[in-house]
Amino acid sequence: MTAPGSRAAALEVLRTGPLATVQDQGRVGLAHLGVPRAGALDGPAAALGNRLVGNPPEAAVLEVTFGGLAVRAHAGRWVAVTGASGPVRIAGRPCAGGRAEFLPAGEVLEVGPPAVGLRSYVAVAGGIEVPPVLGSRSTDTLAWVGPPALTPGAVLPLGDPTGPPAAHEVPRPPPSAGVLRLHPGPRLDWFSSGALDLLCSSPYTVGIDSNRVGLRLEGHRLRRRRPGELPSEGMVSGAVQVPPNGRPVIFLADHPPTGGYPVIAVVERADLWQCAQLRPGQTVRFTRAPAVRRPRAAGLAATP
Amino acid sequence: MHVHSVGSDSLLVEVPDTTAALSLAAWARERALGAAEIVPAATSVLFAEVADPQALAAALDAWRGDPVPIGGGVVELPVTYDGVDLELVAGLWGTTVEGAVARHTGIEFVSAFCGFAPGFSYLAGLPEELAVPRLDSPRARLRAGAVALAGTWCGIYPGESPGGWRVLGHTDEQLWDPERIEPALLPPGTRVRFRDVTASEPVSAPVAAGRPGSRGIAGEPAPPGPRTPRRRWFR
Repeated sequence: MTAPGSRAAALEVLRTGPLATVQDQGRVGLAHLGVPRAGALDGPAAALGNRLVGNPPEAAVLEVTFGGLAVRAHAGRWVAVTGASGPVRIAGRPCAGGRAEFLPAGEVLEVGPPAVGLRSYVAVAGGIEVPPVLGSRSTDTLAWVGPPALTPGAVLPLGDPTGPPAAHEVPRPPPSAGVLRLHPGPRLDWFSSGALDLLCSSPYTVGIDSNRVGLRLEGHRLRRRRPGELPSEGMVSGAVQVPPNGRPVIFLADHPPTGGYPVIAVVERADLWQCAQLRPGQTVRFTRAPAVRRPRAAGLAATP
Repeated sequence: MHVHSVGSDSLLVEVPDTTAALSLAAWARERALGAAEIVPAATSVLFAEVADPQALAAALDAWRGDPVPIGGGVVELPVTYDGVDLELVAGLWGTTVEGAVARHTGIEFVSAFCGFAPGFSYLAGLPEELAVPRLDSPRARLRAGAVALAGTWCGIYPGESPGGWRVLGHTDEQLWDPERIEPALLPPGTRVRFRDVTASEPVSAPVAAGRPGSRGIAGEPAPPGPRTPRRRWFR
């Protein structure tokens, strides 16, 4: 076990960039208490990083928003930088992302601003072992459950490595977002006919006010057919909620567990990682997902 | 009861009222239905990230809407009735401040669901004729523990935050503590009573600073958003 404060197994944060947090797979099963899920926004990138350094999938990594991270190792560890691709340096020497690299004790790992994508992930052999809160080491930026965002001077304890680093590179396409597939949402009937077609046929721009809570979109405003207020109801990641101003918001990992604006559509879960890599000002396009088989059971009326 | 698909792996079940939502959520929680989250709300229950949505829909057909006995005891919250809206609420109810306190302490509320903020419970039980309108624009700062009303809901702000509900008073009980085994003091299903301790405490100045505001991102009835001090884990 790692002794708290031991210099032998820790990362010291020197710089953070705009926002760097600790993330794992999130806090599951607490939405009914008002606790957001949190967790790495680009799950596949975080999982790849863990595989590359020999970690189990639940190990905590660093999520770095638009680079700017510098950390010093107090013990030599295999590390891997995945997700948004930008310059990575170890001890001042450029090295490749997307593969395991050795970070010697006392040396500095730097993650620069990415050329493509927005969020990079730093996996370290043994994982980031800050104390879990309610079963997760993830930082939730809505209610600030979990560890605080990283600040210069913070010292992050590391766990013991549990496996060898992967001996080969795992090819993964650059994290450029494609077209996001949309399922019809539970409140589609609150919108004027053709609203979903409009959403799927016109480009939207990622708003500057986007964050881990939601991707706020600018473009054609979506009009409601039905006025009034929706009683609060449970929300999922990927829900496309439309407030009265007609600007759609895609809920991401730190979204509030309940909300009172109607959901016109839901982003296919397999596409959600792309939302993590969309930058403000970037264009996003939608398309209809293949139809899901409707839940049917005797006596239950599935909504048309 | 209507069942909506929510994406490829979640279901939203609409039910007639809050009691039904609470019952369905409690019923579902007693069974292993393969949902990562079961989220009751005002008139619905969300089953999120379901392993087999078809099987869940079939299982839900076995639910007959029977009220589920609500487990757990009654949580009694001591309240100092010193809120800025107490007189206004008393006026709306056609009674005195003492009368309003008596009505509020005379109701047994039930935590129907939590929303927006960890540990912020929507407490049902206020009769329709005592419904209270929300502020047009939320106040910039309410103290932690503020006990407030909006519509027929009663709620307690777990942390200091903006809020658009009508404040009756405050409690010193801690509504949310992630270190506790049960972090939320009032999880869904908890029965809640308020006890008047106004006379036994020094009266503190009510907190209210008007500021134009808007609905939060979630379109919640109020933006409670507790901002509890962040602990420093590191160093």
